[in-house]
Amino acid sequence: MSNNNSTNTSFLNDAGNRALIFQAVLLVVVVAVGYYLFHNLQANLENQGISTGFRFLNEPAGFPILIHLIEYTEADTYGRAFVVALINTFVISLMGIVLATIIGVIMGLARLSQNWLVARLATVYIETLRNLPLLLQMFFWYFAVLAALPHPRDSIIFGDFFLNKRGIYSPNPIFQDGMDFVIVAFVLSIVAAIGLIVWAKKRQTLTGEWFPAYWTSLALIIAVTVLAFIAAGSPVEFDLPQKSRFNVSGGMVLVPEFVAVLIALSTYTGAFIAEIVRAGILSVNWGQTEASRSLGLPDGLTQRLIVLPQALRVIIPPLTSQFLNLAKNSSLGAAIAYPELVAVVMGTTLNQTGQAIETIGLCMLVYGSLSLSISFFMNWYNKKMSLVER
Amino acid sequence: MAIEFKPSPSLPPPQNSVGAVAWIHKNFFSSPLNIALTIISLYILYLLVPPMVQWVFIDATWSGTSKADCTAGGACWAFIAVYFDQFMYGLYPEAEYWRVNTALVLLIALVAMFAIKAVNKAMLAGVIILVYPVVAYFLFAGGVFGLAVVETANWGGLFLTTLLGVVGIVASFPLGIVLALGRRSNMPIVKSVCVVFIETIRAVPLITILFMASVMIPLFLPDGMNFNKLLRVVIGITLFSAAYMAEVIRGGLQAIPKGQYEAADAMGLTYWQSMILVILPQALKLVIPGIVNTFIGLFKDTTLVYIVGMFDLLGRIQAANHDANWLGTTTEGYAFAGFVYWVICFGMSRYSMAVERKLDTGHKRK
Repeated sequence: MSNNNSTNTSFLNDAGNRALIFQAVLLVVVVAVGYYLFHNLQANLENQGISTGFRFLNEPAGFPILIHLIEYTEADTYGRAFVVALINTFVISLMGIVLATIIGVIMGLARLSQNWLVARLATVYIETLRNLPLLLQMFFWYFAVLAALPHPRDSIIFGDFFLNKRGIYSPNPIFQDGMDFVIVAFVLSIVAAIGLIVWAKKRQTLTGEWFPAYWTSLALIIAVTVLAFIAAGSPVEFDLPQKSRFNVSGGMVLVPEFVAVLIALSTYTGAFIAEIVRAGILSVNWGQTEASRSLGLPDGLTQRLIVLPQALRVIIPPLTSQFLNLAKNSSLGAAIAYPELVAVVMGTTLNQTGQAIETIGLCMLVYGSLSLSISFFMNWYNKKMSLVER
Repeated sequence: MAIEFKPSPSLPPPQNSVGAVAWIHKNFFSSPLNIALTIISLYILYLLVPPMVQWVFIDATWSGTSKADCTAGGACWAFIAVYFDQFMYGLYPEAEYWRVNTALVLLIALVAMFAIKAVNKAMLAGVIILVYPVVAYFLFAGGVFGLAVVETANWGGLFLTTLLGVVGIVASFPLGIVLALGRRSNMPIVKSVCVVFIETIRAVPLITILFMASVMIPLFLPDGMNFNKLLRVVIGITLFSAAYMAEVIRGGLQAIPKGQYEAADAMGLTYWQSMILVILPQALKLVIPGIVNTFIGLFKDTTLVYIVGMFDLLGRIQAANHDANWLGTTTEGYAFAGFVYWVICFGMSRYSMAVERKLDTGHKRK
């Protein structure tokens, strides 16, 4: 019957055929437009005398970069400058993610607080920061707050810390010979602690006897590391910042560009995370808490074993997109000269070499892979935490 | 004699569980931790609020011609007063401000007409989307009916911010619908084209798209053909927000039960008929809050055009900060910009919450 019908319909009225034709047309259009743009590109590049390719990465860059965690001088290549910028982007993104999560959790819990005043303060914080453009906040921290700090000769001093226009100066730890021993001891103590937790859990499932594994392992790690540190003869010396008449030298310095980007990114994203945390906790039915209480669990365990695991399921997917946003928003650092990827590659390198396609392509590739890796990791974590239905 | 049961009147609740005293006790002093939190909060308020009030109002200077007039030690609002026109209109010629104002009033009047019952809503929407942009463009740019030409390079301030935001969201809306439908299509090539477009754009920051618009688009055009920087940036912003819009709309499409699709098919509607008459009206209604949120995000993101050399509200403030007469008024400038952005964004987010409540007609589980 149905075969009979389909032979009667005209060729164009068949849904399958129409889909085929439509897709063929789309494909032709996409390819044609792509070819046309590519053709124009080649002609334009030829006219302007720009040679394509990534050879420029091996040429000397000739510009300084303010913050570099690996060795870098002006004589180094564009390739090395790219790596330096890449590291800067990673560092600011990672530190931002950690700080924003801490701020977000605290503010989210504060907004749910029993205390009326605390809840209102958290609400004001969240609603203010969420509704202001991030770039404005970065400018505010950089040009209004940090630029208003005193000159180096009038630095604000807290013990060995100095605060002035040029940044925050702190003691820089320099590791001496015995430090390897301390690090080995630290790693071993962590391994032992994990073993202890596994053992405690197994024993609890077998015998029902409970052992305070988390506190014990924390104490274990601290004790072993401190003992090893003393045994090795305290192998750390500090390079203290010294204040001369007009300047502060030595020590470790956090430049204002870095501080402004970090504060702006983490407080801004923190406000969004706070809302996510609040929504996650509110999504757990109150009956769960009541049931847990009637089983006799104390409040702390109720939160840790009943409410939090269920809230996390709601929290994680939007949290992922906030982390992604933060990583992408770190590119705004370019506006206040924090030398991250956009500033170095799409700014200086592009201006000096004119390789627009390569530099912008490189940046998009990096952000693309950064986004993908964060979302892969969070998807894995999400799967691990998600409801296992029986 | 029948015994009548007379319950004795209820006792009043204990004195310490109702009224202001109980409320204060419960919210501020119910436990040692709570007391500590109250004290800390009060201390934070004490640190922040009095100096801020002092700076913003009491010690502020409201008029003057240079920083030297601001001697009271508080905020120098005279700076904002002097630069107010620039912050609003950029370098648009002063004699032509009425054109921007007219366009704005016209838009508000048109949108307000939605509230009138007798007006045909579809026609009104058509006028706003198709006719109004043309009128507004000629008002802004001039060149017809004896209006003086105003170069787009002179458009700036809050005017440019609003323009970018509104054009970005309106133009990205149809594109977003097409992309969302394409992503849910059964045709593999259509689907993959849409997925690649959406995911590529969402993976990169707006700043790279803006750089692309300002540096790379000219390279892809045939020799001699070039268009205005503002238009290039608008295209960039539109493509960017279309990808986000598509994801919001896709959420709405997924929330429509399968029965609706099947019922539309069973009625013999074609694909486009069933989408336009059955699915999209329901799906779009569900995602209005999401669309408003996308708009808020886009509105805040328009500040990024400053990085590619256009002077929106924030850009004009940055430029004004370099005025030698007004050195040291950075904070005032940012406070003013912050106030404007906050009022607009917060207002829109409240609006979206109100719409959400109004449209919550029982689809969701309560």
